[in-house]
Formats: sequence, structure tokens, C-alpha cells
Amino acid sequence: MTEEQDHQSNQNQEKDTVDPKAKDNIEEAKEQPADNPLNEESPEKITTPSDQQSSTKKERSTDTKSEPSPTEQSQTEKSKSDKPKSEHTKRPRKKHTKKDQPPEKKEPSPNQPILDHYVKIINKNLSKDAIDDAFVNRSSKELPTIVATPKYYFSIAKLLRDHEELQFHFLSDIHGIDYESHMEIYAYLYSMSRNQSVALKVKLDRENPAISSLAPLWKGASWPENEAYDLLGISFENHPDLKRILLGEDWEGYPLRKDYEPYDVEV
Amino acid sequence: MIRTEEMLLNVGPQHPSTHGVFRLVVKVDGEIIKEATPVIGYLHRGTEKLAEDLQYTQIIPYTDRMDYLSAMTNNYVICHAVETLMDLEVPERAEYLRIIAMELGRIASHLVWYGTYLMDIGTTSPFLYAFREREMIINLLNELCGARLTFNYMRIGGVKWDAPEGWIDKVREFIPYMREQLDGYHEFVTGNEIFLNRVKGVGQYTQEEAIQYSLSGANLRCTGIAYDLRKAEPYSIYHRFEFDIPVGETGDAWARYQCRMAEMAESLKILEQAVEQFPEDGKIMGKVPRIIKPPKGEVYVRIESPRGEIGCYIASEGKKTPYRLKFRRPSFYNLQILPKLLEGENMANLIAILGGVDIVLGEVDG
Repeated sequence: MTEEQDHQSNQNQEKDTVDPKAKDNIEEAKEQPADNPLNEESPEKITTPSDQQSSTKKERSTDTKSEPSPTEQSQTEKSKSDKPKSEHTKRPRKKHTKKDQPPEKKEPSPNQPILDHYVKIINKNLSKDAIDDAFVNRSSKELPTIVATPKYYFSIAKLLRDHEELQFHFLSDIHGIDYESHMEIYAYLYSMSRNQSVALKVKLDRENPAISSLAPLWKGASWPENEAYDLLGISFENHPDLKRILLGEDWEGYPLRKDYEPYDVEV
Repeated sequence: MIRTEEMLLNVGPQHPSTHGVFRLVVKVDGEIIKEATPVIGYLHRGTEKLAEDLQYTQIIPYTDRMDYLSAMTNNYVICHAVETLMDLEVPERAEYLRIIAMELGRIASHLVWYGTYLMDIGTTSPFLYAFREREMIINLLNELCGARLTFNYMRIGGVKWDAPEGWIDKVREFIPYMREQLDGYHEFVTGNEIFLNRVKGVGQYTQEEAIQYSLSGANLRCTGIAYDLRKAEPYSIYHRFEFDIPVGETGDAWARYQCRMAEMAESLKILEQAVEQFPEDGKIMGKVPRIIKPPKGEVYVRIESPRGEIGCYIASEGKKTPYRLKFRRPSFYNLQILPKLLEGENMANLIAILGGVDIVLGEVDG
């Protein structure tokens, strides 16, 4: 009886509610007991994006008020509002630059020798300074990950593609991430002949994010790079046709940036 | 010699053959296409931005609305990403239900392609047959999860609903029926001379070009590259099934047609084995914490959707919501080659080429 009713109610919800978020909230409420603080949060979440931003800002500002540090007090009004953000990113910054190995997995990854081999080839063919960091991402199916220095990013990608021991001919994905302290490009390359994958990352200055485009190497990188330009404002040098691809040409700001404020003349 | 004038022609955004909102600005000289510029973004809903404020379970219904013709694979890719990041075990019964749902979805998706593609290039009846069979699949999936297209069926660590009584038998009965219909399709269309004239040698590209443009799925396999993530990087329990990767040779619309038709037959093979091996009982949800908070870190997983390689990247900060979520949407990547394919082509081939790429605009625009 319960199963059937559940089925039916699910169907009804599907018809009645247009907003899938609202529907899932109901489901969430069903699945999780009332002591879950999320349920109190969720109605607030359905408000407009601008409301959301202001509410999170309020939270942040109260955070700083409750624990004022001596350094903060001396700062100007403007940098004060930036302070909570940098606090937010302190942890991820550590996370993404250091070798992120969970403490429970202590034995070395089976892919570690493979990564060491890649690093050796890159150091030999390019330069000792070409690689900023290299680690095996254990939470992503033991994925060898190379963090390139911006200067050598393009040449590392080219080497990964063309070197006969590497042969990463297939570009699976390329996208950008805003880490507030810096921007990052994440490219995922795959070698069909060797059935191996590698992630190539590069960190960019957040104020003026620019990097050489991979489109001259892979034509398939053209649109995804446009997408990163469109949504994050990362500009790609030597890109054949850099333009806003999903949003209109007159769109203000870059939506996937963490400090994006929605702007609409009509609102 | 006939004197012709260059002309700008807008195809879309509302054009039935684009199967969505897609605009193509074409510069034609008489009948010959000089240049084609795709304009996309009409259906951009900002899924990735919205997801940054949503809990992981709440994101699943949004994925239904990307590739709405095969929502099951989209459901799977995000669940798989979170499960990989959290190192979760999925119960066997749930895995089988997922595989059956995904493969049924793959057949349904290819059926839509088959029907609409043939309608695009001028014949109406295959569409009616294809949609008759697709309706049966949708009814099966409807019985399983209560929705026809936007399933929201999978959950992190399992699936939402167990198979109703007798459902597996219905799937079992459907397989031989569908095989028979597939044979009928081949008899009906595959040998047809008019059809062959429309697709052979149309929209042709080489293996190198396919890889250059990051094509995946049937668009890549039609050139002869046997690359299918179900085999190359087996996820879920695909390693338990025996099936082949259909490949084409010529890299034209004809080869893509053959690949997709053969893929339906391969999916039936997988379904057949899956219903045979389907565990009698068992849990459908694994041990999942009540509040899903993946550990800090980043993950990128990719699986084979009917349209190609669909990937999901998550950067987590150990919170309830993802810090950054990114989908590698196969239609978006596959569409990039279109201007190259259209250049120098006859105007009449435009739809035959666009249809052959098999895009879903919800996925192109994200």
C-alpha cells in the first residue's frame, strides 16, 4: 500500500510542481528526519538569486562580527568585506595545491610510477620548472594529475599529445574553476592506444585570468574554452574565435565566478 | 553558367529539424553552403550555477533536463561521480536496475533518433514505428519510477524505487519483440535506395578529424575507432556482460546510421543478460549517510551515453553542496564539427548532416 501510494504521490508531484527543487525538498523531508537543519534552510533557497546572495552576505558579516581578529580591525571597510571569503578559501587552497591523499590510504597509489614516468618525460623534454605540482588524485579513480606552470601549460599539453610514450590524443574535457584565491583550468586527456588518462591543470591569476588556448592542438577545445570565457571570464590567447557562446554578447559579469552579482535592468 | 548571388539564410531558432532551439546562420551561394555558423545558448539554464546552491540529491532532477531523451545516463553520471568521491558501495540489485534502466533508455533514445532522422530526410512512416516501440519502453520506465522522461530515478548509493512485481518479466518479454522490430526496420529502411542515396558519403570525416574535434559515441565509432567507455573503462557492472562495439568504416551519415542501429541490438544483448542475472532480492540502497557530504577533493568520471561520452566533474569542499560542478556534455562537443561538415555541401544535405550528428539541445546548452 505504501509503495503504491508513494508511486502515485511521486507522479502527482511530477505533474503539479514545476520546480524540481521543491519536489526534491519534499522527498528530502520524507527521507530525512525533522532534526535535519537542511529542511529549515531549503525554503530560503527557493528565493531569487539576489536574495540568496544578500542572505549569505549577512551570514558572513555576522561571522566576522562575532570573532573580530586584531588584523581585521585595522583593515579598511572594503577589505573587511573580502576577509570572510579568503577565510573560506583557506582550506580548499591547501587542499588543491598539496597532495590530497586521505590519511587512511597510506600505501602508494598503483598509478604513482606512471605519473613519475610522465613527470620525467616532461622534465627531460621541457624544463625542470614546467611542472608546478604532480600527484595522483586518489578520489578520482587514481587519476594522475599534473599541475603545469602557466608558461609551460601549452607545451606540456603538446608534449602529452605528441610524445610517443604518452600519446594523449583525445581531449575529453576542459573547463575552468574559480577558487576565489585563483582560477584554475582543468583539462582531461585520454590516450586510446594506451587506455590511460591524465588531468592537466594550471593555476591562473584571478584578477586577470589568461592562458594560451589549446584550440590550436585540439579543435574540440574551441567551444569549451569559449564556455570558460563566457561563464568565468578566462581569456584564451591564440583562440580562433573567442566569444560568449551560451550567454548574450551584452551579458554583464561572469556567472560562475563566486562573487558574481546578478544584474538585470528590469528587476 | 548560372549567375548566383551570395545570400544569408537563418535556419532556426525555431526549425523543426533542429529538434529544439538551435540557430544556424548559413551563407549560401546558390545551392552551395559557403559558411555555416551555429548559434547556441537559447536553452541555457545555468545548471552548473544552480547546482552550486543545491544539495547533491537535489541536483539529480536537473540532470534529467539536460539530455532529456536519455535521462537515465545523466542521472547515473552524477551519482557515479559522488559515489566515486565518497567511495560508496552500491548494492548489486541497484546496479542491475540501473543497467536495465540505462540500456532501455539507450534504445529509446536511438529510436527517437531513428524516427526523427528519417522524417528529416523525407519519410514519415519509420517515425510512427519507432515511436510505437519507444512508447513501450517509456511505459516500462514509467512503471519503474513514475515518470515518462524526467525520471529522477537514481540516488547516490542506489536507486529510488525497486522494480514492481513482474516488471523484470515484462522487460524479458520486450527483448525478443524489439529484436523482431529491429529486423523490420532494416527491411523497411536499410536497403532502401533513396535512403542510401541521401546518406552515403554525406557528412564524411576521417578518424583523425573525429579525434581532433573530440567527437565521441557513434560519431566517433562511425570512422572505425572501437571506443566505448563501457568497454574501455568499465563502470558499474558492465564488465559482466558480453557485447560488441559496433563500428563503421566510412565515417559518413550512413556509417553513423549503421552504428546506432547495431548499438540497439547490442543493448538488447546486455538487457538479456541483465534480466537473466538479476538478483532475486537484495537492497536497492547502499549505506549512505543521511546528509551527503563528500570529502574534500575533486573527481572526474565519464560514462557512455547514447550521444557519446558524458562526464561529470565535482570539486567538493566537504559541504552539502558542490563547490563546482561541471558536465562534459557530448552533444556540445559533437556539434563543433558541424561548420566543417557543412562547408561546400549542397543546401539539401544540411538537414541530413545535422540530423546525423544526433544532438539534444538541452544538452548542448546545459
